[in-house]
Amino acid sequence: MTTTQTTTTVTAPAPTAPTTRGPLTLPPHIARATATAGGALTIISAFLAWTWTSAFPGDLTVYGYPGGLQWLVLVSGALLALFGLSSYGIKGLTWLTPQGADPAIRLASYAALATAWFSIIAISVSLGGVVNLEPGAYVAAIATLIGWIGARSLPYERPENHPADPEDSGFEQFKHNLSNRWTTYKSAFATNSARPAKPLPSYIEILIVAVVLALGLVVFTYGISTEYDELFIGFLITAGFGFAAIQKAGLIQRVTTLTARHRNVTLVGAFVAAAAFPFTQSDDQYATIGVNILIFATVALGLNIVVGLAGLLDLGYVAFLGVGAYAAALVSGSPTSPLGIHLPFWQAILVGAAASMVFGVLIGAPTLRLRGDYLAIVTLGFGEIFRIAVLNLDGTSGPDVTNGSNGISSIPNLSLFGFDFGATHTIGGFTIGRFANYFFLMLLVTLIVVVVFRRSAESRIGRAWVAIREDETAAEAMGINGFRTKLIAFALGATLAGLAGAVQAHVTYTVTPEQYQFAHAVPPNSAFLLAAVVLGGMGTISGPLIGGALLFLIPNKLQFMSDFQLLAFGLALVLLMRFRPEGLIANRRQQLEFHEKDEAPATLTKAGA
Amino acid sequence: MTALLEVEDLRVAYGKIEAVKGISFKVDEGEVVTLIGTNGAGKTTTLRTLSGLIKPLTGQIKFNGKSLRKVPAHQVVSLGLAHSPEGRHIFPRMSIEDNLRLGAFLRKDSDGINKDIQRAYDLFPILGERRKQASGTLSGGEQQMLAMGRALMSQPKLLMLDEPSMGLSPIMMQKIMATITELRAQGTTILLVEQNAQAALSLANHAHVMEVGNIVLSGTGQDLLHDDSVRKAYLGED
Repeated sequence: MTTTQTTTTVTAPAPTAPTTRGPLTLPPHIARATATAGGALTIISAFLAWTWTSAFPGDLTVYGYPGGLQWLVLVSGALLALFGLSSYGIKGLTWLTPQGADPAIRLASYAALATAWFSIIAISVSLGGVVNLEPGAYVAAIATLIGWIGARSLPYERPENHPADPEDSGFEQFKHNLSNRWTTYKSAFATNSARPAKPLPSYIEILIVAVVLALGLVVFTYGISTEYDELFIGFLITAGFGFAAIQKAGLIQRVTTLTARHRNVTLVGAFVAAAAFPFTQSDDQYATIGVNILIFATVALGLNIVVGLAGLLDLGYVAFLGVGAYAAALVSGSPTSPLGIHLPFWQAILVGAAASMVFGVLIGAPTLRLRGDYLAIVTLGFGEIFRIAVLNLDGTSGPDVTNGSNGISSIPNLSLFGFDFGATHTIGGFTIGRFANYFFLMLLVTLIVVVVFRRSAESRIGRAWVAIREDETAAEAMGINGFRTKLIAFALGATLAGLAGAVQAHVTYTVTPEQYQFAHAVPPNSAFLLAAVVLGGMGTISGPLIGGALLFLIPNKLQFMSDFQLLAFGLALVLLMRFRPEGLIANRRQQLEFHEKDEAPATLTKAGA
Repeated sequence: MTALLEVEDLRVAYGKIEAVKGISFKVDEGEVVTLIGTNGAGKTTTLRTLSGLIKPLTGQIKFNGKSLRKVPAHQVVSLGLAHSPEGRHIFPRMSIEDNLRLGAFLRKDSDGINKDIQRAYDLFPILGERRKQASGTLSGGEQQMLAMGRALMSQPKLLMLDEPSMGLSPIMMQKIMATITELRAQGTTILLVEQNAQAALSLANHAHVMEVGNIVLSGTGQDLLHDDSVRKAYLGED
């Protein structure tokens, strides 16, 4: 049976720029003023009372002084207003937006809108209804809405989209239109290339780097010391959108050029800033988080040598942290240690590192002849073998080495040069508690790992790692001994994890097999370590440190999510890999790999990052 | 005078399938020797065996008076044998200059390395113009130039080129062949594997025709270029 159907009008779909701009859209010149005014209004609204009762944490009842979430709204409003003013070319503010202001305004308006509305909804929900809102809250809601409407009305170059083929099925047309909308939406955030930076004297540049590091410390300390869930979520919203806005404005790029020019100053400055963290704390509550973040991030950085530089997918890396921790615990003088030896700490940490290195070589030697997926599977297996072996070396299933599932407990506190790490000290009027003491010790280990990472990445062996990662066959043809090069990466990574493990054993008092799993709700574990590297940025130093900090802080702060934590974590990873596969901090070469078609930089300035 | 490279009764197999079935040839210092033949003749396998990427079943490989049979791939380079592999195998995400520097991985003389990088840029000016560019963004011909330049960075006594003209436009191919001629003039010894028999034969001192793992015909480049059976089989003439 054949039916001939004549379609009446089949015109070739011509590319047309959409002229409709939707509802709630203002003319361009008004839009800019509206956005800026919205930002200013948002700032004012933060000083008003939002609710009548102090039952909502943060005390938002005061006129004339912001509190809790209002500070975040204030910051995002200020960002919006500043970017808005900068877009007018006001002298003294243009430096804020070297890549053009409009995308930054858009993102800042999202920051203000999302933070304010999140706060208001959180107040209404937790106090039971909008009746609990004071007029200030409505001012904030409207102010941020005004800012957002203004920002979204800013003109931008819309891409020429092809309309959907009318002969396609409905779903195909729907998909096509959706992708058109997405391209249009994305083009609203397209930035210009940065204006050339004015040459500054060296000391000013160093000053800027110092200010940026101090700001980083403030933001980080704020995030770590948030006292309730709402504030932390608000912090994530503001920080996320705010960071994106600053990045779109081109400021991050500016700072990166400066830090690249003054690398040693930046390194020292960053560690001074990190060392200042315990002094901002009045008690040990958040220093605990701080030291755990350092441990996690440092181990992630060690893993970055293996994964990021040498390109070896290691899914059992946490085992090396465990080996270091167990080795150090066994010689720590713990009453439950079957060895009963008490070595001084510098020997214990060397024992931990050496034990990890030996295990690294033992595991690496047979497995590193494998490539790619096979290596991943084998390392995954070895990671589990470590845990189960430790579990079984309890005196009943095997020789008594590790006390089985009880682990090695009551690890005594360290004492170095007469400095007791277990006691609280007062330095210059500041109280430094137990965890803060360990924070300083761990910071030293982090510094060692950072220096080792940097030195090795730029050395001959670092170039060999990258060559192996890129093309193992070609690397061999260049005279690079593939197996030995990979084994060095593996052993070095293991050694660094062992260093961190030795400190970790003392920080946590107890080491048990359960701390060293492949996947677990609490970091560090192999999956989270790998995620920290990938999320932060492979092959970079700051990437795993930032990724590790985020991955530790988020589950730690959002305890109410604990049931959905792995779900949310997986979802976040999928989204990140879809939209920013190179991680938060991009290595120039990785960026080239993932964005070959579009925004890839055509020239590389320096090997690696 | 002893030959720089002497291959005797070389047999190589992938599992049970013998790809090279006992071939012998030699390369003297300063000459260009070419192996031509169709797909699957065993040319690439021969080169990969010489550079240590595959272990031979039997046979002797003597390079510069030393046996290569037990030498692993990464040490072959240090003996002076450079391999520019089939399919180029450049490091696509590295800059051109970093690629060249990796070619000199085993060398320690940074002055000499810089000089040789400059020499590569003189040989291939396009590489010099784009030295900071990611090499994956180069065209196929430019990538081939980079692969050759990189192989030269190890200051090899013998340069092995595997199908340098593969997938290139005729103009690009002429450029590559001109470069090989230039390298020969400079005294570089080259073992060239090619499917483009016309081009390879016209610049080779000696040539060997391979067919399913055997050398079936040998002679000077000019001899084979005028050999009737070669003309029929490889140069597309009746």
